Amino acid sequence: MNKRTILSLGAAFLSLFTINSHADYALNLKTPATEIASQIYDLHMLILWVCVAIFIVVFGLMFYSIVKHRKSVGHKAAQFHEHHWLEIIWTIIPVVILVVMAYPATKTILAMKDTAAADMSIKITGYQWKWGYDYLDQNVKFISTLSTPQDQIHNKEEKGENYLLEVDNPMVVPVGQKVRLLITAADVIHAWWIPEFGVKQDAIPGFMKEAWIRVEKPGTYRGQCAELCGKEHGYMPIVVEAMEQADYDAWVVAQQDASAAASAGADKEWAQDDLITAGKAVYEKNCSVCHGATGAGIPPAFPAMTGSAVVTGPIETHLDMILNGKNIMPAWKAVLNDVDIAAVIAYERNALGNSTGDSIQPSAVKAAR
Amino acid sequence: MSTTTATHHDDHGDHGHPTGIMRWVASTNHKDIGTLYLWFSFFMFLFAGAMALGIRAELFQPGLQFLEPEQFNRLTTLHGLIMIFGAIMPAFVGFANWMVPMMIGAPDMAFPRLNNMSFWLLIPAALLLIGSIFVPGGAIAGGWTMYPPLSIQQGMAMDMTIFAIHILGISSIVGSINIITTILNLRAPGMGLMKMPLFIWTWLITAFLLIASMPILAGAITMMLTDRHFGTSFFDAAGGGDPVLFQHVFWFFGHPEVYIMILPAFGIVSTIIPAFARKPLFGYASMVYATSAIALLSFVVWAHHMFTTGMPVAGQLFFMYSTMLISIPTGVKVFNWIATMWRGSMTFETPMLFSIAFVFLFTLGGFSGLVLAILPVDIQLQDTYYVVAHFHYVLFSGAAMSIMAGVYYWLPKWTGHMYDETLGKWHFWLTTIAFNITFFPMHFTGLAGMPRRVPDYALQFAEFNMISSLGAFALGISQLLFLYVVIKCIRGGEKAAANPWEGAEGLEWTVPSPAPFHTFETPPTVK
Repeated sequence: MNKRTILSLGAAFLSLFTINSHADYALNLKTPATEIASQIYDLHMLILWVCVAIFIVVFGLMFYSIVKHRKSVGHKAAQFHEHHWLEIIWTIIPVVILVVMAYPATKTILAMKDTAAADMSIKITGYQWKWGYDYLDQNVKFISTLSTPQDQIHNKEEKGENYLLEVDNPMVVPVGQKVRLLITAADVIHAWWIPEFGVKQDAIPGFMKEAWIRVEKPGTYRGQCAELCGKEHGYMPIVVEAMEQADYDAWVVAQQDASAAASAGADKEWAQDDLITAGKAVYEKNCSVCHGATGAGIPPAFPAMTGSAVVTGPIETHLDMILNGKNIMPAWKAVLNDVDIAAVIAYERNALGNSTGDSIQPSAVKAAR
Repeated sequence: MSTTTATHHDDHGDHGHPTGIMRWVASTNHKDIGTLYLWFSFFMFLFAGAMALGIRAELFQPGLQFLEPEQFNRLTTLHGLIMIFGAIMPAFVGFANWMVPMMIGAPDMAFPRLNNMSFWLLIPAALLLIGSIFVPGGAIAGGWTMYPPLSIQQGMAMDMTIFAIHILGISSIVGSINIITTILNLRAPGMGLMKMPLFIWTWLITAFLLIASMPILAGAITMMLTDRHFGTSFFDAAGGGDPVLFQHVFWFFGHPEVYIMILPAFGIVSTIIPAFARKPLFGYASMVYATSAIALLSFVVWAHHMFTTGMPVAGQLFFMYSTMLISIPTGVKVFNWIATMWRGSMTFETPMLFSIAFVFLFTLGGFSGLVLAILPVDIQLQDTYYVVAHFHYVLFSGAAMSIMAGVYYWLPKWTGHMYDETLGKWHFWLTTIAFNITFFPMHFTGLAGMPRRVPDYALQFAEFNMISSLGAFALGISQLLFLYVVIKCIRGGEKAAANPWEGAEGLEWTVPSPAPFHTFETPPTVK
């Protein structure tokens, strides 16, 4: 191998490090945004340096021995095979190190578990594959899903800065307030995780688990589902916007207004074409991940929409399937509002290769709940 | 009947045992069965390794290139299951079969027919696992840990996997009974318990761990089976069950399982380091006590795999403290190995190189284990690539590299030929360097927040993932060199003496190389 080949190989290797250079790689835990996350950061640095110190001593001795005590330099083997004091000492020293480590770790654990005296509570529900947020005191409730376009995932367009870490509706919290998180799931186990907050809590169906945060600075914080939850596990990010109290209050009012408008929509009479148009967006956001953008599905686990017996059969069965789910098919009644459900039914029955020609009014969905 | 009588009086060396394929199918000989185990595990190692390359190919760049997310999940799941149950565990049983009788001066295993059965049970289990790839819905995609409710959602492949694990469990239990009985009853006169080679000690303890933990796993997956098909709700909150119950039961098996895969490795390395340092093992008695302590502690640390489930604070503290305690006996072992090397007269043949790499890299895995034991830090790192780095440092550079060390060390005894030392060293350096290129960067991606078991990732992780993928392909290809070296050694090479290693001790080196079909028909006397 001549010098030029080596150089060009080296250049090729270096170029690996410049691809996607607009997102910087990191070597350590993210900069903490809460007191607990700061404590975790410090605990990690402490244990890391303890390990580095042990590493240097232990492997310093080992490599010294490898260099000096080898046959090729004529070293003759000693025959000792025991030394009681040495063995006692190297058992006791680790015990002392562990006690020193356990003390601050215990303090942090006790602090993490203290969810008392919270200023507000948010219920978080993991769904396959989205997050639901329910502000228990403010009557605000919404679903948060990945907003990265499919074309970016399938390499058809340039990936954005927050690729896979962006959502349509972020969770919003006021800074400086102690927010209690009530975490659960509707189908399988998920885990709600924002690294900057030092919170990772499994979301377990049928059980309510607690965690808490007090975000120090306004900003956008990004995390991901951290427990394998099925095929779209890598595509259910978590985004939290922390705002000043006044901005947060304005956001709550805006959310309440939007929800009032949506429930007003449920009472009016909708034209079928309007429902189909609205249903396309609902379908693409919620249904296409399993049943396919064209309705082809991924049989046998995820049935096709096109020509499906449920979709082309009696509309009541279709509605029941969407409201209550079946096996892997989730129940959507807690996730979608009446208009969304009526719209997606209209879309599925009159698009994706189906043409039953019928639809259902949001008011009928409301009655069927 | 006259022929039966006639063969009965024949010399034991050729009393008409079957030849050809029947030699293997009907074998009751510990050496042949050991060989079967070792080849089986090697093919499973290559097969599951190829799956890992599929994973790394998809993760070479962000975005989806080769696999759909569900296919990706199937690969990670099967890679884990097959590496654990198909590659690492059978490889150690292969060592036990070959070496336990020869190291304790026994003519064979205590129950030769059970021995045959415990190997041949592996084949239907492997066929079920691999066959599950081809059934409707494909292989299971819920991770090797099979947590419900996700695993309740899987197709018929889940049932095939459950059945396969049941069969593997029977195989392990039967094999363990055989190993325990052999060690406790068939030792040569004069070999007291505290004179047994350390490899025998570690396998004795491992066999007890297997008997104690495999039935627990069988219970967990049986409850899963009845939840899936017979209307029970052990793991379904809607019927009064609890999904987390599965995790408790699974990890009550799963943590001893971790030690099942590392204690025999300790035994192999504790055999090889004294041989090439030309110096007795330092602290034999403390090694035995440390191994027993690790085995006992392994039953009270299981919930450290579940720190993020939201246990009560008392549970969290207990499992953090008990987990931290494990580092003490483990540390004793590392210190003992280094004290064995200290002031020795070392040479660095391939088995020694692998053993030193084991001590160094396994300890790195131990350090990351200590980091993960600190519960608040674990909360950040649970289910990230940091954990993936951690368990590959203990399972690849720990278990798998000790197996490679052991293969090179005993190949002359098994085949009667010396392996090609130059190629062996190439295999060592390629494996060690590629391994670190693959897995060291995962510490960084994990700390920076990349979850495990995702087919796609945010752009900030792109550089390290690309490096990991390049390393993984180099690591995978290097193992073909291993295959070549082993085949070359079987087919020929320099004749090996009865004891080809200057400093090796033990009864196995007192018989000729290759070891005759039957050894120690008359027990040797150990002074």
